Amino acid sequence: MQVQLSHPARTVEVKGPKKVKELLRELNLVIEAHLVIKGNDLVTEDEMLYDGDQIEIRPVISGGTLERTSLVIRQSSIVNQKSNFVSCFYE
Amino acid sequence: MKCTKCKTKAVIGLPRHNAAFCKGCFNGFVHDQVARAIKSEKMCGKEDRILVAVSGGKDSLALWDILLKLGYRADALYVNLGIGTYSEQSYAKVTKFAEAVATSHGATLHLHTVEQAAGAGIKELAQLIHRPTCSTCGTIKRYQFNRVAIEQQYDVMATGHNLDDEAARLLGNVLHWQEEYLDKQGPSLPASVEGFAKKVKPLFRLSERELAAYAVLNQIDYIVEECPMAKGSKMLQYKEILNRLETESPGTKQTFYWGFLEKQSKKQPTATTMTEKDRAVLHPCTSCSQPTTTEVCSYCKMMARAKIHSTS
Repeated sequence: MQVQLSHPARTVEVKGPKKVKELLRELNLVIEAHLVIKGNDLVTEDEMLYDGDQIEIRPVISGGTLERTSLVIRQSSIVNQKSNFVSCFYE
Repeated sequence: MKCTKCKTKAVIGLPRHNAAFCKGCFNGFVHDQVARAIKSEKMCGKEDRILVAVSGGKDSLALWDILLKLGYRADALYVNLGIGTYSEQSYAKVTKFAEAVATSHGATLHLHTVEQAAGAGIKELAQLIHRPTCSTCGTIKRYQFNRVAIEQQYDVMATGHNLDDEAARLLGNVLHWQEEYLDKQGPSLPASVEGFAKKVKPLFRLSERELAAYAVLNQIDYIVEECPMAKGSKMLQYKEILNRLETESPGTKQTFYWGFLEKQSKKQPTATTMTEKDRAVLHPCTSCSQPTTTEVCSYCKMMARAKIHSTS
């Protein structure tokens, strides 16, 4: 699934199926600071997301931007190579 | 996840309320929270003329939308800060909302352009007078907001400060023990002296996430990008910390801020009120007549320095 992020704006590819809360956890994003939008609809954290879904994770916190933000994308597979995940680290 | 009220599919979960809502019930929840805030803090009545400070962001546009839908007489003021494309985009969002929603309610959008009044945008102005940009911006916005409210005879000014804003500000004030600021942190500040309009924050019961959800669900097009002048903001750090706590322990922000308000309301009646303190130290600026503690107010001093620098 294509996941659109902000601050800075970028798109990452994440393999589904995955619940919203799992996706946020993997991207190290707290639910309280973000909305998850699938297509044009808001989705709750128990919603299942699938390959092919267009997802936007929109930050909701206003009041400025972090002075230092870097994005590290790491892709790895577990032993049986059945899943991949993307982790984003903010420094 | 099902809606707590009507049991249809929920679109948003609210852990701090142990609830989830569909779009219709969520709108009802948001409107109820604002109505409750207005009533509990005696902010305004349906006959009052309200001036809303709008920036193009989700909070101020959501506030304007909610007040109009609740039947209040709410106009708005947008201050164009002259920050390049950011100001162009935010102004476009405001005018789009005004045309789509506000006009049909008979509401007016006022505009003040910093560049027209001062001869420079906020960034250039801050450089001319050797002050931080955010400080310059805050002084100008507060001044213009109060000026328009007084000149156009509005009964009350309203800003889109929400629970996250107030909790973060409280955290900052407590960390640095700035007690004089704590006294002025209520959601309803009276018109303490002539020249000050009453100032209210009707969104103080709602979190930023709830307001963003309201904007998305009601198709309010707002500017998502942050102001490019506000990098490394301390407020943002406080908000991040509070949101981490909130995620682990839902209800942390409201317990913190509402608990503070409750304690403030129980203060000894003999304690000097903010109105009494203001009346003791504020008097009209010799240049513009707005209340100030000095002979000439910060805004007029800033404008005078900018004029000297630009002509020298």
